[in-house]
Amino acid sequence: MDISLQQVEYRYQVNSPFEHLALEDVSIDIPSGTYLAIIGHTGSGKSTILQHLNAILKPTKGKVIIGDQEVTNAKKQKNLKSIRKKVGIVFQFPEHQLFEETVEKDICFGPMNFGVSESEAKRRAREAILQVGLSEEILAKSPFDLSGGQMRRVAIAGVLAMEPDVIVLDEPTAGLDPRGRKEIMDMFYRLHKDRNLSTILVTHSMEDAALYADQIVVMHQGKVFKKGSPREIFQSPVGLMELGLDVPEVVRFQNKLEDTFHVKFSKTCVTLEELTEEIHRLFKKVGELT
Amino acid sequence: MTDAVVRIENVSFKYDGQSDFALNNVSLHINDGEWLAIVGHNGSGKSTMAKLLNGLQTPSEGSIQICGIELTEETVWDTRKQIGMVFQNPDNQFVGSTVQDDVAFGLENNGVPREEMVQRVKTSLEKVKMDKFLDQEPHHLSGGQKQRVAIAGVLALRPKIILLDEATSMLDPRGREEVLQTIRELKESNQMTVVSITHDLEEAAKADRIIVMNKGQLYREGTPEEIFQMDEELVELGLDIPFPVKMSKLLKSKGIPINKHYLTEEELVAQLWTSHSNK
Amino acid sequence: MMEKMIIGRYIPVESPLHRMDPRAKLMIVFLFVCIVFLANNAITYGILAVYTFLMVFASKVPFRYIMGGLKIVFWLILFTMILHLFLTKEGDILFQWGWFTVYEGGLRQGIFISMRFFLLILMTSLLTLTTTPIEITDGLEELLGPLKKFKFPVHELALMMSISLRFIPTLMDETDKIMKAQTARGVDFSGGTIKERINSIIPLLIPLFISSFKRAEELAVAMEARGYRGGEGRTKYRLLQWSLLDTGMLILLALVTLLLAVFRM
Repeated sequence: MDISLQQVEYRYQVNSPFEHLALEDVSIDIPSGTYLAIIGHTGSGKSTILQHLNAILKPTKGKVIIGDQEVTNAKKQKNLKSIRKKVGIVFQFPEHQLFEETVEKDICFGPMNFGVSESEAKRRAREAILQVGLSEEILAKSPFDLSGGQMRRVAIAGVLAMEPDVIVLDEPTAGLDPRGRKEIMDMFYRLHKDRNLSTILVTHSMEDAALYADQIVVMHQGKVFKKGSPREIFQSPVGLMELGLDVPEVVRFQNKLEDTFHVKFSKTCVTLEELTEEIHRLFKKVGELT
Repeated sequence: MTDAVVRIENVSFKYDGQSDFALNNVSLHINDGEWLAIVGHNGSGKSTMAKLLNGLQTPSEGSIQICGIELTEETVWDTRKQIGMVFQNPDNQFVGSTVQDDVAFGLENNGVPREEMVQRVKTSLEKVKMDKFLDQEPHHLSGGQKQRVAIAGVLALRPKIILLDEATSMLDPRGREEVLQTIRELKESNQMTVVSITHDLEEAAKADRIIVMNKGQLYREGTPEEIFQMDEELVELGLDIPFPVKMSKLLKSKGIPINKHYLTEEELVAQLWTSHSNK
Repeated sequence: MMEKMIIGRYIPVESPLHRMDPRAKLMIVFLFVCIVFLANNAITYGILAVYTFLMVFASKVPFRYIMGGLKIVFWLILFTMILHLFLTKEGDILFQWGWFTVYEGGLRQGIFISMRFFLLILMTSLLTLTTTPIEITDGLEELLGPLKKFKFPVHELALMMSISLRFIPTLMDETDKIMKAQTARGVDFSGGTIKERINSIIPLLIPLFISSFKRAEELAVAMEARGYRGGEGRTKYRLLQWSLLDTGMLILLALVTLLLAVFRM
């Protein structure tokens, strides 16, 4: 399912002393099957974009096209639910949305709201719980007896069970330890590939953006600062650093090397392996390695 | 060897209704003026340690001494004066309605006279660079700013030790950097003892000493250099390896002449440069 | 979704009302609540209205904004009005439409009562709009101070109040977030039958309760870690300062009271 934001503007609290412009002239195309990362500081508009992706917020100007539906400020719309069925959002700290007596009921909650039968929802719950790396026994437990990490996974399962075409992730690994982080990110990547989903990741982690995304959008003060492939984005790290954003460690390290060696590598490396390859080549040129 | 400000001797602890020990026969000393990082994955027992040090839980076995005082129910309020805590969630430790009220909260509790309070609030907020935000309310502050205010609240009480219990884990990179920078500065100017409980190895890399916790036990202790040589073992413990170490390892496996795993990018670049130009 | 509510919100602008001592403001609001009941005719209600709008003006909070925020209250006021039109059967009949009769007395009562209600809401809103919650709490703590002698837990109440007030914005944000998360899971908070609406409250309330308990617990731990053990032996950081402005404002209200006494029937 294609998603497209066209000249989207969003103002919070219109006509109050707190009114402020959160998004200005934002245009982003997300063709079906894309893994898009949105990066930027807190307050850059990332989270506001995210809420436009399933019509929780409507643009105050411009339009958002989700599949064959158009969301604008103008009219009262009825079919928002059909949009939300197709676009699942994993909010930051999603464990805060758990409320049912059992894990199973909580996971079934979303699908059943969208008209899935109970038996089908239960089947999906079993599937989803395995997908997030938990065992089936957990389904009968109360979500509030679980550890923080497990609760996070259950909440994610609740979104997966909706079987959305598009999955939107808002800092899905915030507060997790390194192992948990990696497991969750790898899982979403697998899903993305296996089910041919569109994935939109809102993150602070340049590493994750570089590692997983096909496309990156850099937001700054409510506007699109830059968009392109990871390699394009990190090719000129200076601009990003001026905004006070990090660049991936690999890119930073490559820059340091290039400065010290007064050379320019053939490309901007976004993985450790690529960079090792380049360094290896550099040493080979001098002749001490074969 | 400097004096130990904290002595934990053979401490074990079990939460009510749990069969496993959250801490199992842990002994460790924290030295005056050092920065100690306690690392481990979630559930390794590191946060339980924080609760014990602050007297929020009492060990089932063993003893804890803080600045020479044995931690018991009677002395807990005295030992709390020696250890300032900064917790994980920036919102849930902000008691005051504004920045200055929050910093003053601990002083009020300890009955500090008003004139002195005003002075201390001012100087501690200057130290964390939040003195421009005196009347700001918490919901208008970023996570990093709230944590800095929490640090100021600790500083105002002038404890010997500041304990950061995953204080950066809920922050964005900018907030995290702010807080770490603040701690580094404090460490240099105030000679405080810093204990940071974390799973962020970048944070731990800045410490003088690291303790790795696993399954409620003290798994390993050493300087950051020593700890990061553990390599894959760290990954197995649910932790991560810092980038320069990962890079060094990969390069080495490719046959590029590197004699050890470097902890900083600068060292690694320098090493590469030397070996490159020597041949 | 809860952005428009202004009850309990503080608007940080510079104004005479903002500068006032919270004790004075609390006394004024309390007195106002009493003297509102003195009004019983057009002149006295007029005086009250003039006074109230003077205060609104002195607060420098945009009037349109206040009105926008009181929308929910207007429905209540309208409801009271209609109730009076129906139920009060005094004076001449103004008009009759089938079984529905409006008496002159009913109309008058309706207008007066709604006005009273409206002015009360306006004045109390002004208090919170111009006074930070902590100031209100400090003011209350000071004013109620003498009750400590009778073992009344003034400090504890004040602390409880200041903490609840401090967490209102946090809980509002939290509510908003949970609503959005559940909306994304297919809950419709804005429409549906009454039964559906009640059902949609559960996925909102339970997470909210749970997170509030968690917050409360963590907050208690943090307070304890910072040496909090009750009101005894505590010093106070905040200093309340009574100024000429406060005395002046009280005198003004006394004058209004006098006028009311003179002009009431």
